[in-house]
Amino acid sequence: MTDTNSPTPSASAMPDAQPGAITRFLHATEIDTRLLGMVGALLLIWVGFHLYPAISSVMRGGAFDLGLGNFLTPRNLWNLSVQTSYIGIMATGMVLVIIIRCIDLSVGSIIGVTGMIMGLLQAEYLPPLLGLGHPAIWIITAIVGLVVGVMIGAFHGWLIAYRGIPSFIVTLGGLLIWRGMAFLSASGRTIAPMDEKFALLGGGPYGTVGAVGSWIVGGLACLGLIYLLISGRSQRRKHDFPQRPVWAEVFLGAVGCGVILCAVLLVNAYPWAKGIVAQYAERTGQTLPEGTFISHGFAIPVLLLIGVGIAMTILMTRTRFGRYVFAIGGNPEAAVLAGINTRWVTLKVVSLMGALAGLAAIIVSARQNSATNAMGELDELYVIAAAVIGGTSLAGGSGTVYGAILGALVILSLQSGMVLIGFGDGSYQKIVVGTALVLAVYLDILYRKKVK
Amino acid sequence: MANTGTPLVELRDISISFGGIKAVDHVTVDLYPGEVVGLLGHNGAGKSTLIKCLSGAYKADGGEILINGEKVEISNPRDARAQNIETIYQTLALADNLDAASNLFLGREIVSPMGFVDDSTMEAETRKILKRLNPNFRKFNVPVSALSGGQRQSVAIARAVYFNAKILIMDEPTAALGPQETQMVAELIQELKAQGLGIFLIEHDIHNVMKLCDRASVMKNGQLVGTVNVNEVTDEDILSMIILGKKPAKAA
Repeated sequence: MTDTNSPTPSASAMPDAQPGAITRFLHATEIDTRLLGMVGALLLIWVGFHLYPAISSVMRGGAFDLGLGNFLTPRNLWNLSVQTSYIGIMATGMVLVIIIRCIDLSVGSIIGVTGMIMGLLQAEYLPPLLGLGHPAIWIITAIVGLVVGVMIGAFHGWLIAYRGIPSFIVTLGGLLIWRGMAFLSASGRTIAPMDEKFALLGGGPYGTVGAVGSWIVGGLACLGLIYLLISGRSQRRKHDFPQRPVWAEVFLGAVGCGVILCAVLLVNAYPWAKGIVAQYAERTGQTLPEGTFISHGFAIPVLLLIGVGIAMTILMTRTRFGRYVFAIGGNPEAAVLAGINTRWVTLKVVSLMGALAGLAAIIVSARQNSATNAMGELDELYVIAAAVIGGTSLAGGSGTVYGAILGALVILSLQSGMVLIGFGDGSYQKIVVGTALVLAVYLDILYRKKVK
Repeated sequence: MANTGTPLVELRDISISFGGIKAVDHVTVDLYPGEVVGLLGHNGAGKSTLIKCLSGAYKADGGEILINGEKVEISNPRDARAQNIETIYQTLALADNLDAASNLFLGREIVSPMGFVDDSTMEAETRKILKRLNPNFRKFNVPVSALSGGQRQSVAIARAVYFNAKILIMDEPTAALGPQETQMVAELIQELKAQGLGIFLIEHDIHNVMKLCDRASVMKNGQLVGTVNVNEVTDEDILSMIILGKKPAKAA
């Protein structure tokens, strides 16, 4: 995803050729044109933010200096990946919720209340019982966070599916109620610090897997991709279905592996700060020379996002549950007539959303190393916007996990880009993100009309 | 036709009402193996509602359902499927955003030993059955919303036929079809009949009724006007049953 070169030249070089070639290329590789458009938009945003300082210096009479750009740097992209992770995780669940024609406005408040419960648990209740820094504290806390998220989601789901209250109302009520609960849980106090091991789940210099770990992750990802291409091909051959040409398979494999390996190189190119290296040396009793280069590598929340993304994709495309989710979104009546227990599926989808909000709460509180009652405020809107920018139809019935993750990346790129170019006070961010949301949906409507 | 022995299906004294309105009022119909029974009547006569009690979409307020002479409980579509009852709904009941194979196997997906849906096997099976029903069918990898009325109908029919139905309910299966496709459905009905299936056919076109059905049960205002053997009456007789609600004297 961080690779700015591989996917585009082949695609953007095409428009100069005759239109037949693009169509043939897209047909052979079976690349989703919407995905391509989204990646293109993302790269445009990235390059735009990177060039902005140089251009504005020219406008003020200075020289054109690309070195002024600070968006496309390992440091910024690494931070972007961590910021994207928790919104992305929730967006994958929101896709399912929206597909079944529901909405969940309460996810931000679920973060608030589960974050507070986890904060109190690990900072005030468990240490006296188990002893400060006990290795089980972070595990118990994380599990409790997930369970509370599931329970809140299941309660919402029950009201929606079995009591017939519209999801908009149930979760709008939830938005207010759980935010209020988050405040009451500790009378508005901020709970800090978090358990040391728990804090690793939020990323930060120590919450990463390092250079070697990142290469292992990247290698496994490449192997997985190649396996998928090969097994997909043999499945098609087995049933005599039309196959992609070999060059298209090789192209997809090469681009995919290229993107993965570039991402590894990128996260490994971002070193620990001097202070962290010194602290690390002191802790481990090593003597590290001045200027030792220790890579961050992938942050743990990013790996959580990748894991959730893969699991959710499998759930939606390879299981009966996922098939039923789509069927309910496409035609609820037909789903019932096909013998699907639509209420039970609805309850499960909303519970899953709750679990993912719980996981997001773990990442948020671990990342800021504290729990506050305002955690996750307005996140529900960013999560919904991410899903919608990612191509999820609010009419229900269609949406993809990878789209939602890309949508989250687009929103957070806009947000962090605005900060980098000096419009970070919040008002501009909101204006830009709001504009992007409306624009994205409008472009999608135009696209759908054209396809029809 | 001599109907002796146990009927395949008996709907006995079925009643169902919605908000005080009796949609079906003490109706009794039966169906024998290898037989096509037409259900006729005006719009709102209660045909579709009656049949939905058999397919599990509604649960009757009163009366009983017997399959092969044994009383069964059908309270949802899964129960009906378990009794080998398949239904082609007037609305087709397809999920528009899914492809033909996903619709055909909806609720009965083929899964691999790992528990994952086996899309390629399902697509292969779908190709096989549709090749038989509609040789012109090509669009396997697009959502059914992109299909023509006839193609969508083919998918709905394929779904009903694929799972070895013993009892088939067809709610106006030719309403959206052109002449050639209508002929294809007529041939299919003859073929299924020869295989010993029992078919309830809801149909408005009186010529189709005379051509395809063995018996016809006419409903009016939720009540059964009567059941006649089609080869003993004229189409005028049946029309007068539908319009006037009276059974012809000679067939009674």
